[in-house]
Amino acid sequence: MEGSLLTLAWVAIIGFAVFMYVLMDGFDLGIGILYPFAPSEEARDVMMNSVAPVWDFNETWLILGGAGLFAAFPIAYAIVLPAMYLPLLLMLIALIFRGVAFEFRFKARTSRHVWNKAFFLGSLLATFAQGVVLGSFIQGIEVQGRNFAGGMLDWLTPFSLFCGLALIAGYALLGSTWLVWRTIGRLQDWCFRTARRLLIVVLVMVGIVSLWTPFLEPAIAQRWFSVPNILLLSPVPLMVAVLAFGLWRSLDEGREVLPFAFAMGLFALSYLGLAISLWPMLIPPRITVWEAASPPETQVFLLIGMAFLIPTILVYTAYSYWVFRGKVTGAIGYH
Amino acid sequence: MDLDPLLLSRIQFAFVISFHILFPSFTVGLACWIAVLEARWLATGNALFRSLSEFWTKIFAISFGMGVVSGIVMTYQFGTNWSRWSDIVGNVLGPLIQYEVVTAFFLEAAFLGILLFGRDRVPRGIHFMAAVLVAFGTVLSSFWILSANSWMHTPAGAELRDGRFYVTDWWQVVFNPSFPYRLAHMLTAMFLTTSFVVAGISAFYLIRNRFLEHARVGLSMSLALITVLAPLQIFLGDEHGLNTLKHQPAKIAAMEGNWEGGTRAPLILFAIPDNEAEKNHFEIGIPALSSLILTHDFDGAVPGLKQFPVDQRPNPEILFWTFRIMVGLGMIMLLVALTHLVLRIMGRLYTPNWFHRVLVACMPIGFVAILAGWFTTEIGRQPWVVYGLVRTADGVTPALSGGAVLFSLVTFMVVYALIYGFGTYYLIRLLKIGPSAPVEEEHPQAMQEAHRPKRPLSLPGESIEPAE
Repeated sequence: MEGSLLTLAWVAIIGFAVFMYVLMDGFDLGIGILYPFAPSEEARDVMMNSVAPVWDFNETWLILGGAGLFAAFPIAYAIVLPAMYLPLLLMLIALIFRGVAFEFRFKARTSRHVWNKAFFLGSLLATFAQGVVLGSFIQGIEVQGRNFAGGMLDWLTPFSLFCGLALIAGYALLGSTWLVWRTIGRLQDWCFRTARRLLIVVLVMVGIVSLWTPFLEPAIAQRWFSVPNILLLSPVPLMVAVLAFGLWRSLDEGREVLPFAFAMGLFALSYLGLAISLWPMLIPPRITVWEAASPPETQVFLLIGMAFLIPTILVYTAYSYWVFRGKVTGAIGYH
Repeated sequence: MDLDPLLLSRIQFAFVISFHILFPSFTVGLACWIAVLEARWLATGNALFRSLSEFWTKIFAISFGMGVVSGIVMTYQFGTNWSRWSDIVGNVLGPLIQYEVVTAFFLEAAFLGILLFGRDRVPRGIHFMAAVLVAFGTVLSSFWILSANSWMHTPAGAELRDGRFYVTDWWQVVFNPSFPYRLAHMLTAMFLTTSFVVAGISAFYLIRNRFLEHARVGLSMSLALITVLAPLQIFLGDEHGLNTLKHQPAKIAAMEGNWEGGTRAPLILFAIPDNEAEKNHFEIGIPALSSLILTHDFDGAVPGLKQFPVDQRPNPEILFWTFRIMVGLGMIMLLVALTHLVLRIMGRLYTPNWFHRVLVACMPIGFVAILAGWFTTEIGRQPWVVYGLVRTADGVTPALSGGAVLFSLVTFMVVYALIYGFGTYYLIRLLKIGPSAPVEEEHPQAMQEAHRPKRPLSLPGESIEPAE
């Protein structure tokens, strides 16, 4: 039903879950992407250690997003997932290799290089696949009745592939700023330099995606460029410029925590921009969140639990991060 | 050749879920066992329990990691290959899966980090609590997912309108008629599976004359649990079977290999069921026993496959045997339990080599029994995906091409074989290295500094491949 508060609450919950996923798995996938370029094998150990206690938890947000869609907007789950059959397969396989690499790398000695590669390629391809899924989602999905009606390769376009590349740069930026925060010495120096280069790449790519998107769908161009929207929405790109400047400055000044905060801010703004482009479409270009919502009895049943559980989850997430706070230093007791 | 996306999707689902279920089957019990060891360590201060817990935690970490990654595949499988099903049942089953994520998955994931890496970073009590919460999370997870699965066998509390289910009563949905039986049967099966692995590994160490202290504790605790659970499981299985008889009689007929049905039905021990001829070949049975087991009366009437239309029958050619494998393994478990009891009373539990060899051979018994049981119940639900209401064929994604599914199926098979191979290899190496000697904590602070784990899901000093 149009305007239902319940549905709105669910949009907020799923939006929040997906954003949490992007931020949290974003930085640890980013670390995997930077992995082979690190200055030394010890640095690689530190990089992996900095996320080892939390990666599994970060990935759980991905399941929450998927399961939440299934529960609150089943038709979206039923249409979007088949449309992304092959990129999702790539993502799952990549996440499998990457996940077991954490486990196996330190159990291995002669075969360690295999798991180094698995960690890098797994992170890289999972990120690329997520970017492709995002891009092909923005460009729209062919629907007939309550089913996906397109082909198995509909997702494959220059735009979606470009989104894949852009997300790689984005996650790498998150990862490098996380490492600035959590490491010291040579690795940290390297991350300061890398984060600066990545910032430029990310800004260029976000700019291209932002200009490309309105050309895909007249409604999106209308949303951004009509009067008075163009004025009302102008703070979004302006804020991007401000945060990018802040990130650059903080890296210059050798600040440790601020860069990660600014990088998260940039992600939040890109996410907001995406939401502005698509709202209220849940399956672009035609199915809205109101049409896709599951009936009230389902949404209420879940919402009651969520009201208690999501805050609880956030509390023990905070606790878990707090337990593992502080700088991750050298590799103790390795051999 | 025409590639059928429905058949291929079914094979793919069977493959990825069979692979996945092996890990929770083991880790649910293992998490509880670790929590118990931590409790005993906390209560007695005996360092043996701590070293045993650390050893099993390493094994847990590898198994749990493989369980997590193969589990993510499941969440997406529903939507990619079974989109019609997702749309039809989403209003009912979506929330159950979602509750599994928010009550169980987050709990497990958050406290697993503390359990594995936090021993020196948090007080003992918190570390113990982390072990308990991980165990609790795994059990909660079983609760929700089995509720969802049971609902597909015995749908309740919802009505079908315009091709989709709408919930009328959540209590009836969650606690649908087959759920309590399935939950009890599966949890017991998982604890048995873990117990047999612990017993087998402990026996292996006794045979090799290594880690004797650890091995005795492991052997004694696991066998004690098996002695309670093996008979209990047979009782629970019987209850579950009676519940199935009430709600899914065609499945029982196929499991029993019974075509005609009626009174004084024999318990068939051996047969080759034949769907074409609608009869069994080489049948050997005990007269009237099936009637007695199913109705508790020699003259009780039991269902036969011919009472159901051909297009509503599950396949007895498979079910007849998967069911017998499960029951046969259950009987072996009972035999092991009884033998152990005799040996324990004679005071010879830790001496006879032959019994320890039997235990080593029995290590995979729980896994095989669980797979056989799930094959029985799931193939027995066919041709329905929601029993009696929605056919499996109507659940598949319409836009799916056979080529795409074949590609994904082959990919999963290759990748899982690889991961499973490596995982098994590392597990075996871990077992060969064995637990570390118990360290009495004379200088806890110094020891903690030296041992502070910095490594992903690993504890110090355990690179398990020989150096180059």
